[in-house]
Amino acid sequence: MAKQLKSQYDVIVVGAGPGGLAAAISAKKNGADDVLMIDRDLELGGILLQCIHNGFGVDTFKEDLPGPSYAQRFIKEAQGVGIDYLLDSMVLDVTSGRKVFVTGTRGGFKELQARAIVIAMGCRERTRAQIGIPGPRPAGVYTAGLAQRWVNVEGYMPGKRFVILGSGDIGMIMARRLTFEGAKVERVLEVMPYLTGLSRNYVQCLMDFDIPLQLRHTVKRIIGKDRVKAVEAVQVDDRWRPVPGTGEMIPCDTLLLSVGLIPENELSQKAGVILDPMTNGPFVDDGFATNIPGVFAAGNVVHVYDLVDWVTKTGLTAGRRAAMFAQGHCNENPVFVPTAAGENIRYVVPHRIDPETLTQDTIMLQMRVTQPMEEAVLVRVTDGDTLIAKKRERYVRPGEMVSLKLRERDYDSVRHAKELRVSVAPL
Amino acid sequence: MHSRYDVIIIGAGVVGCMTARWLSRYALKILLIEKSSDVCTGATAANSALIHAGYDAVPGTLKAQMNVKANPMWDRLSEELRFGFARTGAYIVAVGEDEFQKLDIFLDRAGKNGVSAEIISGEKMRKREPNISPEVFGALFVPAGGVCDPWGATIAAAENAVTNGVELRLDTEFQDFLWSEHEPERIVGMKTSQGDFYGRWVINAAGLFADEVMHKAGVRPEFRITPRRGEYFVMDRNQIQIQNVLFPVPNAISKGILVTTTLHGNTLIGPNAENIEDKTGVDVTPEGMDEIWEGGKKLVPGLDRRHIIAVFAGLRPAGNAPCLNLDVDYHHDFVIEIPDQVKGFVNLAGMESPGLTAAPAIAERVVELLQEAGEGLKPKADWDPIRPARPVFRSLSHEEQAALVAKDSRYGRVICRCESVSEGEIVAEIHAPIPATTYDAIKRRTWLGAGRCLGGFDMPRVVDILARELGKDPLGITKKGHGSEFLFRRTKEVG
Repeated sequence: MAKQLKSQYDVIVVGAGPGGLAAAISAKKNGADDVLMIDRDLELGGILLQCIHNGFGVDTFKEDLPGPSYAQRFIKEAQGVGIDYLLDSMVLDVTSGRKVFVTGTRGGFKELQARAIVIAMGCRERTRAQIGIPGPRPAGVYTAGLAQRWVNVEGYMPGKRFVILGSGDIGMIMARRLTFEGAKVERVLEVMPYLTGLSRNYVQCLMDFDIPLQLRHTVKRIIGKDRVKAVEAVQVDDRWRPVPGTGEMIPCDTLLLSVGLIPENELSQKAGVILDPMTNGPFVDDGFATNIPGVFAAGNVVHVYDLVDWVTKTGLTAGRRAAMFAQGHCNENPVFVPTAAGENIRYVVPHRIDPETLTQDTIMLQMRVTQPMEEAVLVRVTDGDTLIAKKRERYVRPGEMVSLKLRERDYDSVRHAKELRVSVAPL
Repeated sequence: MHSRYDVIIIGAGVVGCMTARWLSRYALKILLIEKSSDVCTGATAANSALIHAGYDAVPGTLKAQMNVKANPMWDRLSEELRFGFARTGAYIVAVGEDEFQKLDIFLDRAGKNGVSAEIISGEKMRKREPNISPEVFGALFVPAGGVCDPWGATIAAAENAVTNGVELRLDTEFQDFLWSEHEPERIVGMKTSQGDFYGRWVINAAGLFADEVMHKAGVRPEFRITPRRGEYFVMDRNQIQIQNVLFPVPNAISKGILVTTTLHGNTLIGPNAENIEDKTGVDVTPEGMDEIWEGGKKLVPGLDRRHIIAVFAGLRPAGNAPCLNLDVDYHHDFVIEIPDQVKGFVNLAGMESPGLTAAPAIAERVVELLQEAGEGLKPKADWDPIRPARPVFRSLSHEEQAALVAKDSRYGRVICRCESVSEGEIVAEIHAPIPATTYDAIKRRTWLGAGRCLGGFDMPRVVDILARELGKDPLGITKKGHGSEFLFRRTKEVG
């Protein structure tokens, strides 16, 4: 906890979830003396604190940890290296001149100046309005993450009988969690013809508990004026239109929505950060620098990752680069090479890379595919007819991010490339 | 012992609350009853939030008269009651030359109603609203149009009425009238879900249910309220901000699907118009959503569905009263009357558009009707027209925010991220003259949960604050009154 707030910091990190924690630690370890983390919640750790299920840290620690334990390792380290933090505090404004306006009950209202900023606000859940579910607006329609907070943090059950719309990870994890707590989860409905979350969650959270998953199904209508009384489920065709005659009334008191996450970038936009409409996150380079000098982005604020380990990795990179920026150590005039989405690729992050990075480090390209391909595929990075890098995958699915590492050996070809186009096609 | 009042008003929508506020300046004992758990939950809660100039009301109708009279009242009203109002002006936008020809009809109507208006070119229109369709041929500009916060206006009017002595009873549903045993056809009070109340005058401001109330009084048996549903989209203000009030060229039954700015900077698209049966049927429908989206795209082709942050539906209480002026062939006029056949009854009904705009003029008309009926309304010396404003954190400058937080640290805790609503504002509303006791009541007063996450972040926090401040168990906290509880039990309990 910050005993005495300074008015100036080398690096200010907005958000103390896994991205923010990693960024702060990395900034401090890379020479930034004064590092401050700001979070709106009462404790460090972000959304990890409500993720009491296991599955975290398999890559980072080679251990299978619950969310709070994963967070605790970083919290301990952050405290150990002497990072200041401000909790129960909301950042109201960030400027392109790297001023941070923050308010909280203990610290009051403060204007802070940073040499570098890491934005790490994470993401928010898509709502009922964004998918346009018909019906009235009763109590009992909640996003899965909200229900997760109520159950795991506040200790309350928001319903007895649930239908879950969307096969996102939080939804499936909540299906299991609610079952443990004695609730009945009637069904998980997914409008797409495939699972949108991780396969392992389908096995461990739905199959093991006999919770039915219906693909190509959605909620046609919510019933109930004060509280949800039922939902009408319906099958959809290839264009997501209800198939006549397939409607089915499912009595329930709660509809949980697990229909996607959106990077939370309202603050970034205030600072002038430009967003990619495909990811809803900032355009970033391989150091997670945004278009605003000195403003870096870490974790789900960039694009939504499916594993916390990746969030941590981006935080480590963004924090290190922020520390370098704060100390004036930067590649002065980088010649960036843009990345581009090719066949069956929805987007590629980062949006551009500095080939010089490859002389000291690897660069991970991360992609989401548009369509699932349930066969062996080749992921290729090309520049026109030139193949720069490739990787084999057993399958690709929209719910599972595809990663491809560029290494020092790729330096020459990357340096001479006009663009790095990533595509995926059957072997 | 039964309570006795001079006036009992049924319904705490904008008409009932404005009427209560107008009557509160006189030495009267007034009761305002409302069947819901809060004021402003019916037709007033969900509409286009516009203050119409009166260019399109049929000349000679009560609607035209009340609209034109009320429009200039909103400036002073919003200053006295401290709610949001802006005189933005409004445009009827003609797409294509055929529609452009029709603007003359409305220019003519505006003239007959005494509303100033001018026709502007498509080029000028595009300059004033760069997002507008390139196919816009021209527009009718009506400077007197405006936007307001209907929740704020209604709640402020009710609060001002209450601080001036009006008694408000929520969760109190009208059931039937009580009649005099001595004098034929004289109403002396009413039965409600909370017992009997006696009053010398009963005012019907029951909105969607005004027909049922007047039928119990034996008035206008042929009068019917048809709930006419209108659906709306609210857009993310970070993605698109329409700066104006844009109407399409209207059709016979409604003003059409408009694209308009709101006081909170969010663009609003809607409404369609569908007559339904259910007076509480505020469902949004797939067909309705497609319809309003198409209507919105006609005026602003660049709208993107991904930027929708809220969808809602409201009901207009559409009546079938013929115009009093028999020369005018119009059958959806307001009813504002003391009917001849019953004594002690003021009848207000059919308050579809422009009901919100007209409400202050209707309230003033009720005062006149009572005076004409022989009530010697005595002004109170201590009547205070001002409803003091409470701090709105997001509207303050950084310096003002710092000063407010220094004074009361609860204003430093932001509970609603998207709309920057602080705990201090929530607590102030829970302990206001009309206490906010539900989540939706706090939403209507602070705009909390109305942003892009739809309350996903604030909801557990607000439930906690409500429980703490009201001294209740969180299990008893509701979204909008009994039956809409958020939570069922604690974890690790059986059941």
